[in-house]
Amino acid sequence: MKLPALKIPKKPSEMSRRDFLQSGAAATIVLAPGVTLMAYGAKADAAPADAAKRYGLLIDVNKCSKDCTACVSACSKEHGWQDTGHPETDAQWIRKIDLVDKANGHEVSLPVMCQHCESPPCVDVCPTGASFKRVDGIVLVDKHTCIGCRYCMMACPYKARSFVHEPLTDQKSYSPRGKGTVESCTLCVHRVDKGGTPACVEACDATGNGAMLFGDLNDPESEIAKQVATYQSTALRADLGLNPGVRYQNL
Amino acid sequence: MLRLLSLVLLGFALLAGPMVAQDIYPVVPKPAFGKPHPEGNLFMRVNHMDLLIHDRDLTMRNGDREISYSLAECLTCHAVEGPDAMPVSVESDQHFCRVCHDYAAVKIDCFQCHNSKPDAASLARLKPDEADAADIAAYLKKVEE
Repeated sequence: MKLPALKIPKKPSEMSRRDFLQSGAAATIVLAPGVTLMAYGAKADAAPADAAKRYGLLIDVNKCSKDCTACVSACSKEHGWQDTGHPETDAQWIRKIDLVDKANGHEVSLPVMCQHCESPPCVDVCPTGASFKRVDGIVLVDKHTCIGCRYCMMACPYKARSFVHEPLTDQKSYSPRGKGTVESCTLCVHRVDKGGTPACVEACDATGNGAMLFGDLNDPESEIAKQVATYQSTALRADLGLNPGVRYQNL
Repeated sequence: MLRLLSLVLLGFALLAGPMVAQDIYPVVPKPAFGKPHPEGNLFMRVNHMDLLIHDRDLTMRNGDREISYSLAECLTCHAVEGPDAMPVSVESDQHFCRVCHDYAAVKIDCFQCHNSKPDAASLARLKPDEADAADIAAYLKKVEE
């Protein structure tokens, strides 16, 4: 367990020797009783959000079956959003979209959620800095600073964000949600930080369809990077040049 | 005469002062399990909000989930059981955070988004102590013999 990088406001004059030794700024080795060796400088915190990574999803539309909503229900269960009978205002982090090619009747079905853009419009427009992109490419809402203005919802070309209209109780401890804030797919950041995969991907694998692949797009050894390099894939609304982290195959 | 009366009243007030103070101070619920804070309760009373706000920014922005003193951690050890033996929510004035915050008249914003009750999973994880597990294993072994 690491202690938080807490800076208790204390003037140096008030700082006792004991405080200094406890502050972690000095590592102390006792050589002999009364003789100590001290090394200065705290070691750098290794943060799990790694700037060398770019997390993404690859969705094979051919493998996604039309009647299956396993990813949607898994997300709803994981994060605690649900249908409350108000479809116009209910939160929806991920949805299934059915597309029909009018020319030949070819039907496809695909899940659409926050696309975790490289240059996210939601971040551009946020007046408080609540909408932000982590260094590893995951786009999130910091609800501590979100004022619920919903500019990001307007800016998002994927309609990926929802606004919470009703007071909520019994949220998940890893996924706080509250009235008056905007929310969207977090790419299950609480799982990813612990080395896991998002709940939707897990659920898709459990159905046997295996249409969703999660991984680090920057790592050439990862399955997702190999797939993207080998086979044609596309971004939704690629014309916008947002370079989403979520890509689709066979669309 | 009036001066004497006021003196007597003042004397009473001074005597009654500590007794009244005992009654109006909040009775902070003791955690049912978990180890005491090494920094001491006074440190936590003064600094808990700073610990939480640092934790919140580091976790939210940098994804650092290994920091001690997350809100979920506080709520797990400091859960107050209601009449149904389940942790009470912040709706109840028995809730650990509310006891002092009501007294100090400081509004808590945390629970507009965060759950004020511990996850069932975290409660189950924290309740059996490692020391207890060893004791239980030793006891069971003895019973078997």
